[in-house]
Amino acid sequence: MSRNAIDTSVSDHSVSDHSVSGSSVSDTTLTTDAAAYCLQLGDDALIYAQRLGDWISRAPQIEEDMALANVGLDLLGQARELLTRAGQLDGTGRSEDELAYLRDERQFHNVHLVEQERSDFGFEMARMLWFAAYQCELYAALANSSDETIAGVAGKAVKEVDYHRDHASQWVLRLGDGTSTSYVRMKEGLERVAPYVAELFEDDAVSVAVSEAGVGTLPSSLWDSAFGHVSRVVAQATLTLPTDSTWRSRGGRQGIHSRPMGFLLAEMQHIARSHPGATW
Amino acid sequence: MYGNDFIDPDEPLNAAEFGDVDDAVAAAATTAAQRAEGGSSFEALLAADQRIEPRDEMPEAYRKTLIRQIAQHAHSEIIGMQPEGNWISRAPSLRRKAILMAKVQDEAGHGLYLYAAAETLGVDRAELLDLLHSGKQKYSSIFNYPTLTWADNGAIGWLVDGAAIMNQVPLCRCSYGPYARAMIRVCKEESFHQRQGFEILWTLSRGTAAQKDMAQDAANRWWWPALMMFGPPDTGDAATTGGHTAQSMAWGIKRFSNDDLRQKFVDMTVPQAAKLGLTLPDPDLRFNEETGHWDFGAIDWSELWRVLKGDGACNAERIERRVGAHHEGAWVREAANAYAARHDLGQQQEYVA
Ligand SMILES: [Fe+2]
Ligand SMILES: [Fe+2]
Repeated sequence: MSRNAIDTSVSDHSVSDHSVSGSSVSDTTLTTDAAAYCLQLGDDALIYAQRLGDWISRAPQIEEDMALANVGLDLLGQARELLTRAGQLDGTGRSEDELAYLRDERQFHNVHLVEQERSDFGFEMARMLWFAAYQCELYAALANSSDETIAGVAGKAVKEVDYHRDHASQWVLRLGDGTSTSYVRMKEGLERVAPYVAELFEDDAVSVAVSEAGVGTLPSSLWDSAFGHVSRVVAQATLTLPTDSTWRSRGGRQGIHSRPMGFLLAEMQHIARSHPGATW
Repeated sequence: MYGNDFIDPDEPLNAAEFGDVDDAVAAAATTAAQRAEGGSSFEALLAADQRIEPRDEMPEAYRKTLIRQIAQHAHSEIIGMQPEGNWISRAPSLRRKAILMAKVQDEAGHGLYLYAAAETLGVDRAELLDLLHSGKQKYSSIFNYPTLTWADNGAIGWLVDGAAIMNQVPLCRCSYGPYARAMIRVCKEESFHQRQGFEILWTLSRGTAAQKDMAQDAANRWWWPALMMFGPPDTGDAATTGGHTAQSMAWGIKRFSNDDLRQKFVDMTVPQAAKLGLTLPDPDLRFNEETGHWDFGAIDWSELWRVLKGDGACNAERIERRVGAHHEGAWVREAANAYAARHDLGQQQEYVA
């Protein structure tokens, strides 16, 4: 996989909408962008937590049921704080639950990587390695966010995702350098995850605006360090990173999702939506 | 409406909240300190209410009984992840989702403590899992019932965890040290499970009509199976033969009869149902002024035997999931073993980071 896989040009909404200096971005625009940014990060965490929940009672060993639940719980905690912050920033006052349960597919801003269905353990460890490597760099940068809530979430989460990255790294080593079967399955896991990686590191109008304002950070700026970690682990696991695939995912940040997303939301939201106004 | 309109955190809600677990911890410390003073034969240790430790001599029958009981308990913890695990993806609020994930994760942890306790008796986890997977060892029958609605997560916490705690608190003083110590850790966490279940039902019973119906329906379906969790009658005329109660009591593994524990559970739970504004599906349930206990109707034991023999709604599903996860994970465990053998390490590998 090469840096070429990352399309650094800003898609859809052109940068020019927001590319003026941070100080000239009006407060309203900024809070709208900051809210959208919290949704992007919060949705990534929420949707991946939802997928990891599927592993509990299905893991290769009991220790792993616990570890995957742990990762899921950390992500869920991050999602709850980020969604709550999004509801404050966008002025709607929507709660974490209103945002999680009452938005439709087109209003979710997570990347495709996290919405893909649970597959085998090799796929999961490849996904977790990339996602945690990304989140480690992300939260390290956001610990200095000018938004105190975001900085607070990031400061706490940085330790959590460091554990996630370590956990995935340990498994990639064991599977890559384990048996001939596990080598092949880990290799296939990396290959299946590869087309979804670039989207994580792609800038869009929202991330450009918030990074200029000191609230957020540019995803493209996280690539070098995250890639560095993943490629070192993969090399040590006697594996090689796949070459660029012929296609790559795109559109999640704009609410354009892949097929599994609608089914994920149908399952996640159906009880809450069946009882409008109820508290649980 | 039903007295205090909040759940008093200081009012005990289950058997682990009356101080017995802490007493067991204190008693274990005292007897451990006195251990050298008494004799060291199995009988002498039992007579002195000392814990039997893995290095002590013990009768083969005692060892076998414990292996069977601890293994069955461990199996119940990990199979018990499934009924509620079934609802993690659909939990109706993020807070409930987090609590449920943490709860199911705890059950996995309980399984681990218990398999570790069993391993001190000279068996290993892989062997015990094989016995579970092949149906040669059982898990608690309660987990063969389905979780049909969100309220079932409440009823399981309140009734199933509540009954399990009632059974497990006396085990904190079990004669076998590693089992007793595992139970102390387990009971503390179970208490949290029971409370969150009660709180789910509390919220539902104060919610919409549909939510109240959901809560009542779940209580109706889980009440009798929860009473069966204490096992068949082992006192009085109704006592079934073939139980292990007398021997287990003599060995200090069991401290109260099934019937005593069941009665304590009923006595504790009936007033809680009233607090929740829920009824229990037993027309014969009434307070007996003479005995000071709640009388309850006859339990349909044929149902327990039927489910035990495999004819419950979820017997096949539970084992299929467990065996499926085990088979699907075999290549992962093999890889971890091969890697550890090759790198000769019992610990984590440093990767260049
Ligand atoms: Fe448990
Ligand atoms: Fe429990």
